[in-house]
Order: sequence, then C-alpha cells, then structure tokens
Amino acid sequence: MSDSAATLGHGAHEPFLQHHFESPEQQADASRIGMWLFLVTEILLFGGLFVGFALMQSRHPEAFLHAHHHLDRTLGFINTVVLLTSSFTMVLAVRSAQTNDRRRLIVFLLLTIVCAGIFLGIKCVEYSHKFHEGLLPGSFYSHRGDPVPGEFMFFSFYFMMTGLHGIHILAGMGLMCWLLRRAVRGDFSSRYNTPVDFVGLYWHLVDVIWIYLFPLLYLIR
Amino acid sequence: MPEDAIATQTGEGAANSGPANYLNEPRGLWSWLTTVDHKRIGVMYLFSVLFAFLLGGIFAILIRVQLLHSGGGIMKPETYNKIFTLHGVVMIFLFIIPSIPAAFGNFVLPLMLGAKDVAFPRLNLASYYIYVVGALLGIAAMVTGGLDTGWTLYTPYSTSTNGSVSLMTLAAFILGFSSIFTGINFIATVHKLRAPGMTWFRMPLFVWGIYSTAIIQILATPVLGITLLLLIMERMFHIGIFDPKLGGDPVLFQHFFWFYSHPAVYIMILPGMAIISEVIPAFSRKNIFGYKAIAYSSVAIALVSFLVWGHHMFVSGQSQFASAIFSFLTFLVAIPSGVKMFNWLATMYKGSISLEAPMLFAISFLLLFAIGGLTGLFLGALSVDVHLHDTYFVVAHFHFVMMGGTVMAFLAGLHYWWPKMFGRMYSERWARVAAALVFVGFNVTFLSQFLMGSQGMPRRYYNYLPQYHPMHVVSTIGSWFLGVGFLVMAGYLAVSLRKKMDAPANPWGATGLEWQTSSPPPTHNFEQVPVVTHGPYEYSLMGAGK
Repeated sequence: MSDSAATLGHGAHEPFLQHHFESPEQQADASRIGMWLFLVTEILLFGGLFVGFALMQSRHPEAFLHAHHHLDRTLGFINTVVLLTSSFTMVLAVRSAQTNDRRRLIVFLLLTIVCAGIFLGIKCVEYSHKFHEGLLPGSFYSHRGDPVPGEFMFFSFYFMMTGLHGIHILAGMGLMCWLLRRAVRGDFSSRYNTPVDFVGLYWHLVDVIWIYLFPLLYLIR
Repeated sequence: MPEDAIATQTGEGAANSGPANYLNEPRGLWSWLTTVDHKRIGVMYLFSVLFAFLLGGIFAILIRVQLLHSGGGIMKPETYNKIFTLHGVVMIFLFIIPSIPAAFGNFVLPLMLGAKDVAFPRLNLASYYIYVVGALLGIAAMVTGGLDTGWTLYTPYSTSTNGSVSLMTLAAFILGFSSIFTGINFIATVHKLRAPGMTWFRMPLFVWGIYSTAIIQILATPVLGITLLLLIMERMFHIGIFDPKLGGDPVLFQHFFWFYSHPAVYIMILPGMAIISEVIPAFSRKNIFGYKAIAYSSVAIALVSFLVWGHHMFVSGQSQFASAIFSFLTFLVAIPSGVKMFNWLATMYKGSISLEAPMLFAISFLLLFAIGGLTGLFLGALSVDVHLHDTYFVVAHFHFVMMGGTVMAFLAGLHYWWPKMFGRMYSERWARVAAALVFVGFNVTFLSQFLMGSQGMPRRYYNYLPQYHPMHVVSTIGSWFLGVGFLVMAGYLAVSLRKKMDAPANPWGATGLEWQTSSPPPTHNFEQVPVVTHGPYEYSLMGAGK
C-alpha cells in the first residue's frame, strides 16, 4: 500500500499531463478517441485481406479445402487457448493498474508476454513444418502430389494473414515490455493508467483477429 | 523547406523578424526539426508540398511539350509513360493529398478552435517525418528506374512490368500512415480541444471540412495500405491474388484500389471546399448563407464517397446491375456539392465583395469547379461513360476538379493565410497578375482537352492522329501560361519573405479566432484562452471591418 500512496502523491502534480490539455480527463478522452480510431484502421487493414481470402476461396473452393488439411488443427487450437488466456491476464493487468497494485500489474504483464511468446513459438513450429514440406506462398510453393491445382494460393493467404498477425503480436510484446519498464518505475496509478488500458485494447483486437483467423484457415468444410 | 523561412529570419537579423513569435522562438534549425508546434509542422508541410508541386509541375510541362508534335517529340515512348506516371504519382500522393489538410489544416485548425495545439503533437511530427521518408523513397524509385503503370497501378501490367514499381508502391504505403496520423489527430482535436463556448455549430466551416476529410483518411487509407502490400507481394512472390494466369482476379485490384482512391478524391476536394467557405464570407463581408447545410453536406460527401467507387469500372466487366447502382449513387454526390455551390453564391449575393487575391482564386474555384462537377455527371452516366472512358474528357474533368477546384482553393488559402503564417503582406498587384495568368492558362490547357476527349482522343497515348494536332498545340501553349503564372507567384511570395514583418493581426478584417491573435502568432497561439460567444461569420458584429 505504501507504493500506491507514493504514486498517488506523485499523481497530484499530474506529471504526465501535456501542456496543451486542461486536465488529465481531457487528455485521457482525447487519447481514447485516437486509440479507437487507430483500432478502426487496423480492422480495415485486415479487412482487405479477409475480403481477398473470401473471394479467392469462392473461386477455388476445392484447392482451399485440400490445402487446409496440411494445417495442424491441434496446434491451432492450443494457440487459440493461449491467446485467449493472454487476453485474460491483460485484463487483470489493466485492473491491477487501476487499483494501484503495482506488484500484480508487473506479474500479469509478464504472464501476458509469456503467453505471447508461447503463441509465437508454436507458430514457428508450424511454419517450419510448412517450410519442410514446401508449402510456401506463390512461386515458392514446391509441394508435390496435390490432388487439385492452385493450393499455393491458400498458402499465400495463410502466410500473409498469420504473418501480418504475427507482426502485430511482436509489436504487442514490445509495447508490453515498455509498459513493464514504466510499471517497475511506478508510473501507473489509479489516476494515470491510459497506456496500460490502450495496450490492453490493442491486445484484445489482435486476439479477436486470431479468433477469426483460426476457423477461417484451420476449419474449412 | 522550412530552411527558407529560417534563413530569412537569421540572415536578415532580428530587425525584421518582429517580436517573439512561433517563427523565431526558439531559434535554430534543430528546434525546427524537433518541433511539436502544429504551426511549424504546418509550415514544414507547406514548403514540402510546394516542392512536390514544383516537381509534378515540371513533369506536366514535359508531357505537354512532348505532345506538341505527333510522332517524334522530345522523348521516347517508354520515357513518356514514365513521365506521365510520375506526374500523377507526385501530384496525388506527395502534393494534393497532404496539401490542404497537412499544411493549412495543421496551421489553422487549432487556431480556429482556440486550442494550444493538436491533440497529439508528437504523432503530428511523426506524420511529417513519415511523409518525408515516403517522399524520399518515391524519389528513389523515380531515379532507380521509374515506373510506367500510370498512377492507378492497374494489374496485371503493374505486376509484370519492369522498373521500380515495388519501391514506389512501398512509398505510397508509407505515405498512407502519414495521412492516417493527420486524420486521427484532427478528429481528436475537434472533439476534445475546442475553446470554451466553441460549440459544434460555432466551428468555422473549414473545421467541418477538415473533419469530414479526416473521416475518409481514417476509413479509406488502410484499405489502400493492404492493397499496395498485396501488390508488392504479388510482384515479389507471385501469390496469385491479382494475376489471372495464376487464378487471380485483376478486377479485384481495381475494386480495392478505387475503394480507397475514389474517397481519396474527396480527401482532395473537401479541404478545398472548406477553404472556399472561409474566403467567400470574408471578402463578401457577410455571414455565410446556409451554415448548417454546408456543414452537413461535407459530412454527407464523406459518407457517400465510400459508395461510388464502381463508377471508375463501368467498362471493366463488373455486373451491369452493379454499374447501374454505382451510377445512381454517383449522381447523389452532386446534391451536397450543389448545396455548397448555391450557398456560396447566395453568400455573395448582395454582399460587399472586394476582389483581393484570395477572393480571385475563390471565384476561379467557383467557375472551374462548376464545370468540373457537372462534367463528372456526364461520366457518371453509364451510356455516356462508355464513349468517354479513357479519353481526354476524363483527363480534363479530373483536372477541372483537382486543379480548377482543389489547387485554386489551395492558392486562395495560401494567399488568405500567408500574412498570418509569415507576418508579411505580398504584392497584391503581382498576385492579381498571377491569378489572371493561372486562370487563363488553366482554361486554355484543359478546355481544349474536353474538346479532344469528346472527339475521341485517348488518354495516356504517346502519339495521336493529325486531326487532334491543333487542340494539342493550344493545350500546350496554355500550360506555359500556367507555368509562368506559378513562377510569378513563387517570385512575389519569396520577395515578401525577405521584407520586414508588416502584416497586421487581421489584414482582411475577417472573423474567426485565427485573426484575433498576432501575425505571426506567438508559440502558444493566444495570450489568453479565447471565449467564444457567437458564430464564426458574424460580419455584422464587426462593424465596418478594417
């Protein structure tokens, strides 16, 4: 509790209030608008890929169906569980920041980073299997004995979609390391925790995108 | 580049740089490069887009000189393809999209709202440097092979041609982030940083226009981003999505591309309309007619803009039904545009009009945009478009809207806010000369292209039949008038920068908060936070004005 008292006392000077805002509330509201708009742009960025996938799948349904059998559903499922867990620990981290609980904030941030690491680790295992079998995008596709032509296009989308998603996971891990440093320094309190809140929002979006990617890529019927 | 302004500051000494203001406080190049002041970022953007305008203009003059003669000319067909592509890419991605929002929006919008800065000043500076990186990559692409696809980058040609297509595409991808950051900044600023008493319907219409633009920047640009990324992947890995040989769909690229690029032409014109809504009441000395109608029509244009992209694709093989719907929706855009036109005219009616340089450009806008807008309806009509598609009629229409519209409005804004930005008046006499040259030159250049187009001259062709020769000659001569007009303008604006600061706080006797602070404004914009008690164009309250 002495920690939180210290941060509260610190917060009275509003050390994180930028000069062009009148109050911390105004600053937080403006940032919140900015953050949600950023999330909208992320959805539209992935949206283009989803539209492309839907269209190409409707043009080549057989090829997509056969190609997706090369994916490992078990690993995909484990990764889904891992990512959902990480969203849960992220929520707990946000909650801890709001209740001035610095120790739990640090623990939950660490847990989230670990989950993200496990996700990427499993993804690497999956990728290396595909590399071995020659299941690569576009002209690099070298898998033999496909029953229907055109399976390379499925893997074009598989690598682009999971790759772009993976880059977002990496970025999220970077952001959480930054939060961790600031949390250790004692920057966050019930009065000031916008960065934790926003990285949380971002992380949930990355999670939601995977929730769509998993059935789309792994569970084609 | 901002160095010009600094050079004037330091070179001429403190004597003519006036009291402490955002230009001279703090001093030094480093303070400019690391500034988070929206005014300085606006000025850096202004000089950058002017440089891009010069570059694109040189390409334009080269195109016109080539077309002076059929056959030979000054360059090879391959070079010609590269030059018209670079003209389009530079003018669109480096000049016109960032021009008004990033230069004037950054400078004036916080002042108009009575704010100290935009909501995210560091993001604002980041957007400028992203713009610079994108521009440098674009220039690198031009130097290392150029590209010959046209600015539309249509597949499958763009995935099979040589040249620096991938590098230029990457540049456009990066420039998109700059545009998105600017849009996010303006929306958050308008929502949260208005001065006390500045209600939504007391905001100047410039702010409404920029706000609507920001909506499009945020919703459309990411789609362009993913499209360009897919194009790069197609070129590098042959992923198959756009290449018909691999089972892909080149028309899908057109859909993706226009889903961004049609709204993008409203990113270009809405800020222009926003400037006109400021200049017309200021020089008619009258409250704007139909304030709310103009405000809402900006938002309406922003929303409808997302539903009309298919009118670029009437002959692409998309379904006839889709084409009919897109044609109908395209006509809808004419309604909010017409609302604006008639409201501006009604504002001028019985006003006491003074024809200073900004107003001359604004009136040019009204005349030229009317033609550009109406010819857009010809092209939106299915049966007519089949004949006019890919002719000079389209080129002329586009330039009437973009140059007759946006560039004229840009020039109106440049002359309107120049004294505020730099604290100096330019030569009014020379400004009128430039306005006349630009107006006449523009019409000679592009009216002739309407005629050629309706007679069937296809766009982007290196060569043409003898029957089009006279019109091409007229068009090229017009382009020289335009060029001279811009050189004159560059001359008197540069001269004004070397003078002592002589602009009063409110040289035009205009309303609006930006005129209540000194010219140029102090670093923190206002000595005291202004309190707003009435609408933005209450010229009756101003008395005799200046």
